[in-house]
Amino acid sequence: MLEGILIGLQTAFSIQNLLMVIGGCLIGTFVGMLPGLGPMSIIAIMIPVAISIGDPAAALILLAGVYYGAIFGGSTSSILLNAPGVAGTVASSFDGYPMAQQGKAGKALTIAAISSFCGGAIGAVLLMVFAPALSSVALLFHSAEYFALMVVGLSAIAAFAGSGQVTKALMMTVLGLILATVGEGALFNMPRFTMGLMDLQSGFGFVTLAMAMFALPEALFLVLKPKELNPESGGEIKDLRISKKEAVAIAPVIGRQSIQGFFIGVLPGAGATIASFLGYAVERNIAKKEEQDEFGKGSIKGLAAPETANNAACTGSFVPLLTLGIPGSGTTAILLGALIALNVTPGPRLMIDNPQIFWAVIISMFIGNLVLLILNLPLIPYIAKVLSVPRTFLIPFILFFTLMGAYIGQNNATELLLLVGFGICATALKFANYPLPPLLIGFILGGMLEDNFSRSMQLYDGIGFIWERPMTLGLLVIAAILIVLPSFRARRARARAAG
Amino acid sequence: MALDRWIALILLGICLAYGYTAWFTMDGSLAPFMRRNPIWPSTFPKVLSILSIVACTIILLGLEKGETKVGEIDYRRLGDYHLGQALLLLGLMVAYALCLRPVGFIISTSSFLILGAAILGERKWHILLPVAAFATFVVWYLVQEVLGIYMRPLPGLLGG
Repeated sequence: MLEGILIGLQTAFSIQNLLMVIGGCLIGTFVGMLPGLGPMSIIAIMIPVAISIGDPAAALILLAGVYYGAIFGGSTSSILLNAPGVAGTVASSFDGYPMAQQGKAGKALTIAAISSFCGGAIGAVLLMVFAPALSSVALLFHSAEYFALMVVGLSAIAAFAGSGQVTKALMMTVLGLILATVGEGALFNMPRFTMGLMDLQSGFGFVTLAMAMFALPEALFLVLKPKELNPESGGEIKDLRISKKEAVAIAPVIGRQSIQGFFIGVLPGAGATIASFLGYAVERNIAKKEEQDEFGKGSIKGLAAPETANNAACTGSFVPLLTLGIPGSGTTAILLGALIALNVTPGPRLMIDNPQIFWAVIISMFIGNLVLLILNLPLIPYIAKVLSVPRTFLIPFILFFTLMGAYIGQNNATELLLLVGFGICATALKFANYPLPPLLIGFILGGMLEDNFSRSMQLYDGIGFIWERPMTLGLLVIAAILIVLPSFRARRARARAAG
Repeated sequence: MALDRWIALILLGICLAYGYTAWFTMDGSLAPFMRRNPIWPSTFPKVLSILSIVACTIILLGLEKGETKVGEIDYRRLGDYHLGQALLLLGLMVAYALCLRPVGFIISTSSFLILGAAILGERKWHILLPVAAFATFVVWYLVQEVLGIYMRPLPGLLGG
């Protein structure tokens, strides 16, 4: 392994590859800030550039840099504008946006940058040490376990079930799951609930729904009730500083979520989205009662958890790609395509036949994460200045970017009308205090949940898989505890207070 | 009746229609070989319809007790807020959606940004017009020329 690391260091530190990683991170960060252009689209767009380079190691380093940069760029629009352009950064907006509203935009971006760096760097260490062993463990996960894992991911909704809101949070989750059933499913190959409309054949677009649920109601609320977006703060260097107390508070969260996020990323099909929701749910459930109440209102732990987990999961997703040749996500599937186009076949022999590629990519992950941190920390005061743009300019631009996000995502003008329609519905739901994040969580996880549930049902000829597979049963029990525990705790606290 | 219960009532109607489709119409067109499967395309929707109807009923009947809090905006006093501006902006978004393809990206986007700012009370035209035109061109160039996603810049009549 030591020899491999030395080869990797030599390859990754060549001038060409250093420029690749810096360029990739820069492109990824800036394009990732645009809603609608997630890592998958950016990497797909960058493939011709990567192939034209000719050197597989340099190409993969460039694309990996774009991947990390895009995830971080997505977090920026989530935190500042409540406009998550990719599913993996939705959970970052739950606490990041409230922080920005409280005038802590600079601090929120700093926490996001540091958490992302730590998640990515710790993930890269884990990748170096465990990659070969983990690839075989990942294959033990079958559709039944994936189904149970999705249910655990859904338990994140408990964070939004405040006092007297459990049914509303549940209703919103089910509504999200219902919306996910519209269109032609991967497994059944028949259109469902499309009402004969061709535009609904492929279902509702994620970006359309994310913009309609988060960015549009927020912009409309700003129009209805104008308020200052704290222009005096968020742009000063002092606002970026994290106090010692805050650093101590988020350090264990970063440690836990780096490990948890990485292992979830290793599982093919799970990825950054599940890792971020699960990270958020777990940290909220293990937090003290008074800290739990802060989740969703600007908790630094609530921001650090998904930010760490999604970056660690991105690193983890390279394990099945590099060691087995199995793409664990859409993004790594595109990376696999790029590798094959460059005459490199990922799999168990990659480490033996092309050690310079394998190790250079891993070493470049450290460099990439460091570049992102160095690049982003000095830029944060300027990025946070977005909030000090006069509202008469800012609101039309937010609305324009939500429209663009939906349009680019599906390349269909009907999406824009759907966006406005969903946005009006979401605003009405917000008026009535229905929590909106569970709807989006349900929608994102719905398709994967149904696919894995259906596959398990077919394999076991019924729901016998639940008790026949101990890991599935264990995960479902954990999910039930995560959902029920907050209500139980709240009821016990009320009973104590009453008597 | 409070707004959350009115919404629950509307959602109940939607869920009943969804459930009706799942329980009574979807299975009719199922191929014979698929009927032997333990899971049908309607299975998951059937489960969801039951869950959603139960949840809507609980909200509608007010079975879950909890404190009622007024949201960030009190919907009962909507007239006190800038409702007109919000409705005009929504109308502008619909107009943008309908015009984007026939009118082209550059004209529809710059008009959207200028009119949107004007609705919100911006009158510094000397800043607004160049900012809108510059932003429109930069986004168009980035999306069309750099990223290669086709967006018709001008109306067909003008050669777009």
